[in-house]
Amino acid sequence: MSAHAHGPAEALKALVRRQYFWGIVAIALLLLVNLVKDPGYLAVSIGSSGNLVGNVIDILRAAAPVILIAVGMCLVVATGGIDLSVGSVMVVAGAVSMEFLSGAPDTPGSGLAALGLVVVVSAALGAVNGVLVSVVGLQPFISTLVIMLAGRGLAKVITGGQNTAATNETFRWIANGYVLGLPVVFLLALLLAVAMGLLVRRSALGLMLEAIGMDPKAARLAGVNRRALLFTVYILGGVLAGFAGVFATASVMTVDVSRTGYQLELDAILAVVIGGTSLAGGKFNITGAVVGAILIATLDKTVVFLGVSSSATPAFKAVVIVVLCLLQSERVRRAFRQRRAAAARTPEREALAA
Amino acid sequence: MNDIQPVVEMTGITVEFSGVRVLDDVDLALYPGEVHALMGENGAGKSTLIGALTGTLPILEGEVRIEGEERMPIGVARSRAEGIATVFQETHLSPHLTVAENVMIGNEVRGAFGIDWKANRARAAEVLALLGLNDLDPRMPLSALTPAVKQLVAVARALVVEPRVLVLDEPTSSLDASEVRTLLRVVRGLRDRGVAILFVSHFIEQVFEVADRMTVLREGRLVGEYLAAELDRSDLISKMLGEDIEALKALRSERLAHHYSASGKPTLRASALGRRGTLDPTDIELSRGEVVGFAGLHGSGRTELARLMGGAERADSGEIWVDGVRVQLRSPGAALHQRIALSTEDLRGEGIIAGLTARENIVLALQAMRGWSRPLSRGEQGALIETYLEALHLSPSDIDRPVEELSGGTQQKILLARLLATRPHVLILDEPTRGVDIGAKLDIQRRVAQLAGEGVAVVFISSQLEEVVRLSDRIVVLKDREKIGELSNGPGVTVDTIVEMIAADLDGDLDGEPEE
Repeated sequence: MSAHAHGPAEALKALVRRQYFWGIVAIALLLLVNLVKDPGYLAVSIGSSGNLVGNVIDILRAAAPVILIAVGMCLVVATGGIDLSVGSVMVVAGAVSMEFLSGAPDTPGSGLAALGLVVVVSAALGAVNGVLVSVVGLQPFISTLVIMLAGRGLAKVITGGQNTAATNETFRWIANGYVLGLPVVFLLALLLAVAMGLLVRRSALGLMLEAIGMDPKAARLAGVNRRALLFTVYILGGVLAGFAGVFATASVMTVDVSRTGYQLELDAILAVVIGGTSLAGGKFNITGAVVGAILIATLDKTVVFLGVSSSATPAFKAVVIVVLCLLQSERVRRAFRQRRAAAARTPEREALAA
Repeated sequence: MNDIQPVVEMTGITVEFSGVRVLDDVDLALYPGEVHALMGENGAGKSTLIGALTGTLPILEGEVRIEGEERMPIGVARSRAEGIATVFQETHLSPHLTVAENVMIGNEVRGAFGIDWKANRARAAEVLALLGLNDLDPRMPLSALTPAVKQLVAVARALVVEPRVLVLDEPTSSLDASEVRTLLRVVRGLRDRGVAILFVSHFIEQVFEVADRMTVLREGRLVGEYLAAELDRSDLISKMLGEDIEALKALRSERLAHHYSASGKPTLRASALGRRGTLDPTDIELSRGEVVGFAGLHGSGRTELARLMGGAERADSGEIWVDGVRVQLRSPGAALHQRIALSTEDLRGEGIIAGLTARENIVLALQAMRGWSRPLSRGEQGALIETYLEALHLSPSDIDRPVEELSGGTQQKILLARLLATRPHVLILDEPTRGVDIGAKLDIQRRVAQLAGEGVAVVFISSQLEEVVRLSDRIVVLKDREKIGELSNGPGVTVDTIVEMIAADLDGDLDGEPEE
């Protein structure tokens, strides 16, 4: 994650070479479009209770759950796998916590207990994925697809098919509170992302994951324990999705069993790809995944702000993402370079011919 | 025989892969009614030459004549149209299709309403009958057949087009003795009907059983073309293995001077170690400070024995003791914990990890032994890298580059460094010098000699027998999946000693299974 830069100019150069640089450019462009439509779009004011208020703050708040699942997805993708179950783990986490809190007193203690319960349940779901992938040897796509389908069903069973609501101030504070003027959700998401980044890069976990993602056979011969690593990674992905589920439900203190986390696994995969991690596995970039998640949140807000009709929203999103992927593709960039070079040569040749 | 015009005449064939010459100025002539064996060790260029003939690989220089007419460039379609057919290994058939579908695929008989399945089954049955498979129901799914019958189905697929030239690439590798006999009978039958046959097999006895003529390749070059009747086994083997450059001979005398005879308790002892289909039960002992060479041709069991000892493959018979304690080697990781390190012959597939840097590749095995939660500190990593930079003459500028950008020799050194970092007591090196330039070869071999001096038990495997003779204190000779003997190395032992030992061993039958 660290660039070996010696000055601001070189740091900038290193940043430009990173794949997620185009993600940052895209975020800036989207904000610019919004700014053109409303010159006051980027304004951030101080609200009544001393908190920052504004569109940008809303974007950060909306990005929080996506950041968490994108970071988890990033690690799973590094091993050459994929986790389709994150959206369903989110709704299970939401259902478990709301169901628990609706019958518990409104104290900080029960808020924390609900959080603990979420960790246990989402880790268990991640462990099921891990066992299916590493011990049973099923393909990650199939294993996590099973949990994706089963998870939403499980959430409905937990809440009896209802959209359960609850009240708990501590829990609510997680989603709606502010620290230092910034939303707690965003700070927590960032904190967890940084913690995961440190975990994988300061330990040898990152190296091991890349090794099994790039070349499972060679990694095995080097004595790398693929099974244990896969198990660990799917559990981490599950727990992060559990937290994302808490973030998504706590803001309204209601779990919507059919919509909470719905199709968010796709957003997570997109965020990872935008961040420069190849779905083929191997080298991964957590910072990139965070940038990708923020881009997706920005895109969602922009679509609403521009008043794109809700039926055209998916198409609009798709266009932006396809363009971004094209810009990142080495092949497309090479084609552009060649065209430019060819264009530069043609006048010379014409001059020679004349 | 030579006044007959060849069906296929390839001259001066040169093939390059991304700038590397894998085939250099090779000739091959195939005559009708003759079985022609293409011989050479791994990497000699046999598959490349077949690829050039069947049009799957582009030819850079040289020409292909068929019935005297130039046919360039020879692509897949043209090669097939000229009647050159390839028998694939049975593992390349489709297990879920029926026998008839497997035979006829690509050559289906079509009627007015698309594929005429009845006609296809009839045609398939006709071809299968030629191979003596009159009773085989073409509607059976392929997966219900034994490997031998599947292999014959693969032959049938090639025969549907009534080829003039039939290429058989390792057709017997999954067959047992009686199945091999059946297949060879079929091959002879086809020859007698005037088909030109190109036969590739690493089982020497089978080749002598069936071939009329042989072409030997070594390291991408032509060694020569011989009549099988005029060549004996030891000639053939020494032509395939070749000799090494003078510069390495000094190491040989050095090693002989320090010749070491093992005494005391063995570091590693295996008894009746084997795995069905790859290695017959074998006994072996390794002691501190000795270099044990495994000599034999590719497919003789040398690699298979190494893989069982290094935990890469699970043995289904036998026991292993390390320092007198019985151990289970369930994985390469388990072997590393017993201080047994293995580098396999497949450097790019099972050795280095191409996308990681040299530094990451070197620390990987040691880090895996310690577990991910106890990372090597920067200082420890630095010290480790420092040691191997010097010991193996690596360039410091390569250390933080992805190894895919480095040369084959450097990659081998990096793999060696990775294993040495785990401080092994037993080091098993399978082809550590293949595809490596002479300088790197010398570095690696010197290091092996030095390690033995430090008390490591080293297993050294190479298809360059010169290397094995140069470095080993003791040589274990293998042939056709079993150990046929051991030699204590000394001034009297030369490459010829080993070659004669392999050639003289005739008791093994065609596929190497011991006869009861």
